Amino acid sequence: MERALYDYLLRRGDDSLILSQRLSEWCGHAPTIEVDLSLANLGLDLLGQATLFLDYAASMNADVHNADALAFHRDAAEFRNCLLVEQPNGDFAQTIVRQFLYSTWQKMLFDRLAFSKDPTVAAIAAKAVKEISYHADLSADWMIRLGGGTDESNRRLKAGVEWMWRLVPELLVADEIDNELITKDIAPDPASFETDFMTKIAEVFAEAGLDVSPLPRNFASGRRGYHSEHLGHLLCTMQYLPRAYPDAQW
Amino acid sequence: MYTTELQKNPRILPVSTEAAEQTVAFEARVAGDEYIEPKDWMPEAYRKTLVRQISQHAHSEIVGMLPESNWLTRAPSLRRKAILFAKVQDEGGHGLYLYAAAETLGTSRAEMIDALHDGRAKYSTIFNYPTMNWADIGAIGWLVDGAAIMNQVPLQRTSYGPYARAMVRICKEESFHQRQGFDIMLHMAKGTAEQKAMAQDALNRWWWPSLMMFGPPDDNSPNSAQSMRWRIKRETNDEIRQKFIDATVPQAALLGLTLPDPDLKWNDAKGGHDFGAIDWEEFNAVVRGEGPCALERISARRTAWDDGAWVRDAADSYAAKQSSKKAA
Repeated sequence: MERALYDYLLRRGDDSLILSQRLSEWCGHAPTIEVDLSLANLGLDLLGQATLFLDYAASMNADVHNADALAFHRDAAEFRNCLLVEQPNGDFAQTIVRQFLYSTWQKMLFDRLAFSKDPTVAAIAAKAVKEISYHADLSADWMIRLGGGTDESNRRLKAGVEWMWRLVPELLVADEIDNELITKDIAPDPASFETDFMTKIAEVFAEAGLDVSPLPRNFASGRRGYHSEHLGHLLCTMQYLPRAYPDAQW
Repeated sequence: MYTTELQKNPRILPVSTEAAEQTVAFEARVAGDEYIEPKDWMPEAYRKTLVRQISQHAHSEIVGMLPESNWLTRAPSLRRKAILFAKVQDEGGHGLYLYAAAETLGTSRAEMIDALHDGRAKYSTIFNYPTMNWADIGAIGWLVDGAAIMNQVPLQRTSYGPYARAMVRICKEESFHQRQGFDIMLHMAKGTAEQKAMAQDALNRWWWPSLMMFGPPDDNSPNSAQSMRWRIKRETNDEIRQKFIDATVPQAALLGLTLPDPDLKWNDAKGGHDFGAIDWEEFNAVVRGEGPCALERISARRTAWDDGAWVRDAADSYAAKQSSKKAA
């Protein structure tokens, strides 16, 4: 098994899976029916991406039967998602900030990943990037709407940014797994689109009436399995049935 | 999903003499199976009945998202999660276009939602029962959506055009919902002993409430006659209930599950099943708001609405600022 590629697939699959799980928590509880439907669209797209990446990962690992085994039978320390996607929904502003930051980054990553030397990765990314484009646009529109809406929405948006901003630097670091795949032209270097990413953030923040703070020092390493306290609780809920009834097929 | 006529004895307005001629023409169109469209003249009582029925239906879709989303975060496989996510999203979509259909009759979505939140409007009693295990999600799809299809297929030919057209799309999606529910039940019923027990438990709890979804028996259904005459409704409650039971009995046999009714048996003479007495006391109590989850459901809806008020205000305020910018 190619260890670096396997880990990279988990990173991509886990980001999408965990963010989808968070979005599914909104289902039936959003501020309007239209918002409910759009958050479900995002969640469904992300769930589809997760399934494709985790299936591909499972196909490389003889010890793992399928994507479900990876989704439901790993503990927090084995998850490879970034800390941003596992953050609690909070209010709608916090959810939108999380989505905007992640989708904007994911869009730029997948634009490049669609040209991966690994044909399966390229195909998944090419399919997903169309969906992610919509996620990035939708969340940017809400950033601007909330920023320019009322004093309350502006205040809540700022609080959402304050919560999420510290988790942006993790998106921009490359470790030895990235570096190995960058060398093989399987994955892009996040540094190659850092400037574009920060420009896009600045553009939308300006329209939303937000200041861009300098990026803090990165403390997060979800890619190595070091997570926030939130992930364990999310997994308790998500994995409950397959863990409680390991012999069952659903 | 589905709603039946839940408000007993609504005030049917008498037809004024001036309107008599229009009424005759209207009734002739309805009798000739023509669609009535939003701008057409219609009796006030027809309009009121439709607003009540369509908004109850819309509310049922929206409240009906709650018992299912209760298991969305715990769906046991990626495939099941995706299917359930799409299904619950469909219910939200149904709610949306049913509210839109009701709005064509001159009542705003905000008014209808207010009526739901302050208890003036009803929604289907079925959603006031809890989803306790994963098989409940199967049972809801199989039985509740199955019952909904039975009710809604004739509604595709209901006399009010926007409602009929909304039902065409809704029925297509409900048919997928019903099949996914049956598929869950099949996996549970053929699964481990624990899964089979969950499936039987879910069936025991959902069977009778599902039969109640067709509404009170014909001899105690005050609005049925007028609704049949106006072709808002095309078959009686008891007719559809019988059809549902006859269709479901062999499906339960295929699953190897037992329907919780010792009196259920085939009657050759009537060409259908006889079945035990339905507990209408229970039904009436749930209609009155005494269902086990009634408080949870309405409180979840109110909380979502109240917590989202600042978002809706922000969107309105932003839109107003944009349009005044454009005007300037």
